[in-house]
Amino acid sequence: MKALLNWLGHRSGLGRPLSAFLFDPIPGGARWRHTWSTLVVFVFLVQVITGCFLLTGYSASTQTAWESVHFLQDHTTWGWLLRGIHAVSAQAFVVLLALHVLQMVIHRSYVAPRELNFLLLLALLVLSVKISVAGWFLPFDQKGYWAARVPLNLIGLLPVIGPWAQQAVIGGADVTHLTLTRMVAFHTVYLPATIGLFLGLYFLLTHRHRDAIPAPDNDRDQPWWPHQALRDAVACAAVLAVVLFVVWRPWSADGGRGVELMAPADPSELYPAARPEWFMLWLFEFLKLFPGEREFIGAIVIPSLALLLLAAMPWLGRWRMGHAFNIVFVGIVFAGAVGLGFRAWNKDRLNPEHQQHRARAHATAERARQLAGAPDGIPAAGALSLLRHDPFTQGPRLFAQHCASCHRYAGQDGLGATPDDPPSASDLKGFGSREWIAGLLDPERIATPHYFGGTAFSNRKMVKYVQRDLADLDDEEKQLIPKIVAALSAEAGLKTQRELEARDEAVIAEGRELIRSDTFFCTDCHQFRQPDEDATAPDLTGYASREWLTDFLRNPAHPRFYGTRNDRMPAYGEDQILTDAELGLVVDWLRGEWYEAASATGE
Amino acid sequence: MSDNPRSVNPDRRGFLKGAGALVVGAGALGVPVGTGLAVFLEPRSGSETGGAFIKVASTNALPADGVPRKFSVLADRVNAWNRQPAAPVGAVYLRRTDETTIEAFNVVCPHAGCLVEYAPDRDSYLCPCHESTFALDGTINDPQSPAPRGLDALEVNLRNGTEIWVRFRNFRTGKSEQIPA
Repeated sequence: MKALLNWLGHRSGLGRPLSAFLFDPIPGGARWRHTWSTLVVFVFLVQVITGCFLLTGYSASTQTAWESVHFLQDHTTWGWLLRGIHAVSAQAFVVLLALHVLQMVIHRSYVAPRELNFLLLLALLVLSVKISVAGWFLPFDQKGYWAARVPLNLIGLLPVIGPWAQQAVIGGADVTHLTLTRMVAFHTVYLPATIGLFLGLYFLLTHRHRDAIPAPDNDRDQPWWPHQALRDAVACAAVLAVVLFVVWRPWSADGGRGVELMAPADPSELYPAARPEWFMLWLFEFLKLFPGEREFIGAIVIPSLALLLLAAMPWLGRWRMGHAFNIVFVGIVFAGAVGLGFRAWNKDRLNPEHQQHRARAHATAERARQLAGAPDGIPAAGALSLLRHDPFTQGPRLFAQHCASCHRYAGQDGLGATPDDPPSASDLKGFGSREWIAGLLDPERIATPHYFGGTAFSNRKMVKYVQRDLADLDDEEKQLIPKIVAALSAEAGLKTQRELEARDEAVIAEGRELIRSDTFFCTDCHQFRQPDEDATAPDLTGYASREWLTDFLRNPAHPRFYGTRNDRMPAYGEDQILTDAELGLVVDWLRGEWYEAASATGE
Repeated sequence: MSDNPRSVNPDRRGFLKGAGALVVGAGALGVPVGTGLAVFLEPRSGSETGGAFIKVASTNALPADGVPRKFSVLADRVNAWNRQPAAPVGAVYLRRTDETTIEAFNVVCPHAGCLVEYAPDRDSYLCPCHESTFALDGTINDPQSPAPRGLDALEVNLRNGTEIWVRFRNFRTGKSEQIPA
């Protein structure tokens, strides 16, 4: 070993500095306080190592970034761990740097000759936040995309060069492929190279000036190797253990491991619960204090002044009063950051709307990953197109927006919220199913708000028919009603009843006859399975089938359906309120037609 | 090098500390390195065409006089995170050997993996990279050819009268035997 070092030393000229570093005595001996510089370098190294491997599987474009990260996270055995270590150690890097700044100020170890150490440390802290922001963006999921939008927009607030700098960083006016190629270049080359250089200088200077740190008065002068080296190694292992613990997330309720991957970024679908990483929450909260154009002050002016003041500390600290001021100032900054961060976190925790946004975003993320893992897989257009064409995802959103002002879905608006106004039209959960139709033909239920109660039909023919004619049937005849229900429900051809209907073929055939029979005389008003020009009520042929329901939504006032008797229901198709594709999504969702992963249930 | 007496540390305590530092430090760096290697070296299966018959062309597209013609082979392809329906996975030369039999060769030259071309003037297959030449039946027809074996023949199946189905496979290049890739 020594021979090798000698050989290298002779040829590289590094022999003397290296051996000085390794073997020269440190005044006061090995101390835990001396582990900072090694720790910071170690955490950076961890990110370089994991980052180099991550880069071998990352694809920077708006149609492949999320997809490649998803592939790593969900379809590569240890991918979640690799990504988790990278992301969490990045947070650890920021925290260690910030604590180290605090420590240097408190211990007054920033004074001459260590001013440069301190300035380098400040620069590293700023750079580490910048590289984090670029990093959030790379998976191109909803969380990272919306969390990074804010800092990217803040660049535009810079005086004079703002708009130009913003365009340069984003690669144009909008987020495009170029944004990702630029972010990946910043995040993997320019910023890490700068950080590496600064870190190297910082490390060298720290060891050059280690004699300058006031040492405890003892005789324990020990060299770095092996005394300090052991402490450094133990400290590094401890930090890694904490990182692994956070990646493992033993407290996670859903058993999720690693860093979550949200749904693919959708520039048209704001993720309202997007927040910066926790260590930047304070700035997020701080910005709220500066509404309107004054955002510039909170985002640029005050942080810049604070940074300048921090940079001046080694000189201020030469005076006793100056040092006291420095301590008070960093104390205020840190306490303020912790306080603001806690306030932001606590507000979100107590805000039910925020919690709902989060829950919904998690559900969408889960759905995106399910669809991406489906046999059809991710098309070349990217995973976002999967979500945009998924009835399970889009159906409830469209329902909440266009239908829930009158209708309900299981008493709610489709997205889990309960509207304030009472429903004025039927509850469409399970529309066309046996259960739903049985309720419609139930004298007790037809006039409730669940069916016709809130509509203009609440005292019309159908309600009267069910409440009088059906209620007056004798018990034997009432036994026939389930057969009518089965037959009518079979018209829908629901996925959920497919097996049931294959088994009940005879019952369904019998029910079809009963619909036309003199006992029930449904066809007096309704058309059923044969043309009937005198029909005055909605067509029962193919009732609640995809085709029926789509046509109905296109125009419920069509003679085939309610005709002139239609009660307030808009013609969604003919009046171009919804496109054909959107109609299809609502219809498929109402009918329960969506992809279901083999292991997971639909709802 | 260093004349510092402390650099020679014969005492047992120092040795244990050094060994401890090395073990703990290597362990701490070993976790990210190991995780990264596990991800990097994870085996991946290629396209899922391995050994299945694929419909390539119709007999109507094939000249009756036995002149070979090149066709792309399209198959559903797993491309890492994407699934690509009917993506090109390779190409074959097809030719009639008589009225009812058809011969198929993978276009990949068994020498170094370039694609061979049919040269009508020489009535043989020619590899443009290193000038291997092959006879119409796929055998090496010039002793100077660098190819270690003839063109790779593929199984052909005629279905429904006109559909030509080929069992498409790739083989490792540079070997004198056929080894599936």
